[in-house]
Amino acid sequence: MNLSNDSGALSPYRVLDLTEGALALCGKLLADLGADVIKVEKPGGDTSRTIGPFYQDIPHSEKSLFWWAYNVNKRGITLDIETSDGQEILKKLVRTSDFLIESFPPGYLDALGLGFGSLASINPSIIVASITPYGQAGEKANNPWCDLTAWASCGAAYITGDIDRPPLCMGFIPQISAQAASELMTAILIAHYERELSNEGQHIDLSIQESGIGVLQATVEMWDLAKLDYRRSGDRWITTSGAARRLAFKCKDGYGILLQGGGGSVRMVRASQSLVEWMSECDMAPNWLKNFDWANEYDADTLSQETIDRVETCIEGFLLTRTKQEIYKEGWDRGIMIAPVKTMEDIASDEQLIARGFWQKIEHPELEASVTYCGPFVKMSETPLTSRRRPPLIGEHNLEIYAEEMQMPKETLAILKSSGAI
Amino acid sequence: MIGEALDKRTKSKSPLSGVKVASFCWMAAGPLTARYLGMWGATVVRIESHTRPDLVRLQGPYRNGEPGVDNNAWFPTVNSSCYSASINIQTPKGKELAWKLVRWADVVASSFSPGQMEKWGLGYEEVRKVNPEVIYYRSSQLGASGPNKTRAGSGYEAAAMAGFTHISGWPDRGPVPYTGAYTDFISPRFGAAAILAALAYRRRTGKGQEIDESQAESASYLLAPVIMDYFANGRIYERQGNALPYASPHAFFPCKGDDCWCAIAVFSDTHWKDLCRIMGNPEWSRKEQYRNLLGRKQWEDEIYDLVAQWTRIRTAEEVESLLTASGIPASVVESTSYLMENDSHLKSRGFFRNIKHSVIGDHINRGPAFKFSRSEDCQFSGPALGEHNEYVFKELLGMTDEEMAEGIKEGGITTNADLPPMKGAF
Repeated sequence: MNLSNDSGALSPYRVLDLTEGALALCGKLLADLGADVIKVEKPGGDTSRTIGPFYQDIPHSEKSLFWWAYNVNKRGITLDIETSDGQEILKKLVRTSDFLIESFPPGYLDALGLGFGSLASINPSIIVASITPYGQAGEKANNPWCDLTAWASCGAAYITGDIDRPPLCMGFIPQISAQAASELMTAILIAHYERELSNEGQHIDLSIQESGIGVLQATVEMWDLAKLDYRRSGDRWITTSGAARRLAFKCKDGYGILLQGGGGSVRMVRASQSLVEWMSECDMAPNWLKNFDWANEYDADTLSQETIDRVETCIEGFLLTRTKQEIYKEGWDRGIMIAPVKTMEDIASDEQLIARGFWQKIEHPELEASVTYCGPFVKMSETPLTSRRRPPLIGEHNLEIYAEEMQMPKETLAILKSSGAI
Repeated sequence: MIGEALDKRTKSKSPLSGVKVASFCWMAAGPLTARYLGMWGATVVRIESHTRPDLVRLQGPYRNGEPGVDNNAWFPTVNSSCYSASINIQTPKGKELAWKLVRWADVVASSFSPGQMEKWGLGYEEVRKVNPEVIYYRSSQLGASGPNKTRAGSGYEAAAMAGFTHISGWPDRGPVPYTGAYTDFISPRFGAAAILAALAYRRRTGKGQEIDESQAESASYLLAPVIMDYFANGRIYERQGNALPYASPHAFFPCKGDDCWCAIAVFSDTHWKDLCRIMGNPEWSRKEQYRNLLGRKQWEDEIYDLVAQWTRIRTAEEVESLLTASGIPASVVESTSYLMENDSHLKSRGFFRNIKHSVIGDHINRGPAFKFSRSEDCQFSGPALGEHNEYVFKELLGMTDEEMAEGIKEGGITTNADLPPMKGAF
């Protein structure tokens, strides 16, 4: 484990991370970029340490894979900011920090005297980034929420799923929260770029609902220009003409995603022709399909459902005779826009991910084991992203930060511990 | 339009003003990455060509239903706040112009499949020779190294490769992919941050660098815990509908009206009791086995039907407000029209903006999802194809009228005359 921290793009900077759940992803990504990220947990640890799955399926607050995934590479301290001692310590930490990220309900930090105004008076260049379900202000700002309601409020659930069933989300990992947390990283770095000239910090107010709307395809534009309210259409996508094209095709041992098309896309015309050639070689293309004019007869602006259904019936029959591996190898080698629907097992053995070193093993000495994590989210040639440390144990860096870095006397620490502040 | 946009840019305190971006991005993921930079003040020039228009231009909805490369709204959304210069890079003159932009830029961004920029002689090694401090960002489906680097594809396939598709859907049916090219919307959040981190580093050290983003890799952070579950415990996640192991109910419930739904999530026994109270403590809700999470998980389908009897005769708004008032997470399942017409919270935050496009006129664009206390964005609508040739070539690159005319004559600068017949792609 390389603990030296001077070669990252953000290595001079310190981040105080007061977020919970999947929103902790933002701080983890900043740590990967080199920042010194200090996770501030309440005494006893984050409530999201109780979220599974758990390492070796042992439910324990030091074994949550969920928590690990989003807090690896950070240091960790415990602090009760609802006590006045805790508030003073946080203010001291703010003096030497560049960013503070928080996900409390709007108004919570203000009520503790730790709102942006107070923190900026201590450190005028601090960037405080707040991430909440509906933003800092507005009638819904304090509504209770979770990722399921975020899917609902941003419009993503309504357009996803089968029409004969309720709307659908990718339920068990908080998608909308996690993608909003990664967007917050971008917001923070925009503010940071400006701060380097102005020396002034500012407050960032990110709304998870609005961030989620950014994940909607052209449905906003469809309503705006055509007054068409996009409805969920299963595994099909609605083309410009209004006809539905299938995306997921069953194959021998699972599913494949096929982007079948033509019209104005030279690339898709070629891909569709290659698919027909492959089918022909296997005696599975009817004559009309061999002579099909993909550029003109598969023009998305005028495409009819009848044409799509005719073509798809042939493709369905053919792909049923192929395995995911054949789709992956031969299909792609032939330039067909097709991909296997990968399971977690497939992903773990994916040759591309392995070759790029995406899986990173990090030692957990107290478990006498190493744990596999996702690696760098981008490759940067001059400032490579680094995995420097496993996720912190509860209060692991209290001494390091309070005693060594902040030079608080050990006696004071003992008092703070017994008063419940740390 | 340019005047208006520039005016707005100088008046507002745009945090990235002065940053110059030459964007060889296309489709959705790349342009959505550059969009952050343009929206917050950078000068982003999209290099396009009439000879092979961006496929996002060949996609409805069109104004008045009339297909046309400048007549749709999705392109101006995806490419919000950037300028368009039309260059045919296959011609010597076009290549010369591309090089001028590459020299001018702080950031060269591209999202073609790896190898394409090299084919044009615009690989990182070549570019850094003339622009040593350049930040060279490239985004692709699977990354620019490794055995499958040259494979091109969209966010639909990348979502399947990254594991999203397999786990999306109902246990008794095949996968129901998220509606849209999922990773195209996720990866820009990571890519833009990487560019900004590289800009911060360059300001500190004077050094540029190459950034290689695999859209499948960055997006997989949204699945990190279940990927780790496989490595640590050998568990393979399957489709589970809307179920969550540690909450029940956790679902979308039918409400009064056509295709109206409300999300309800119960994470604690207290919230379950509150929900029962709000429903008027019906006889069935007193069952012993529903009192704790394990029981509610076991009888989840049965409970769904019973709660649905109560929600079905109420509007989604009514259900949302009754539940949220008691602290239970709930939300109307908003359709796109609901978001844009009925969501008064969103309206009060001014998220949707009416912006003027040079061809389709006023249209609704999505604003940024975050606000700054001091800085302002400077969003303007995405460009018509080649709309800013004069501005880019003359004002940014300092070319004369004669040089521009020559560029057109030699086929380096493309015009509407170079467009192929219009055919839809998506």
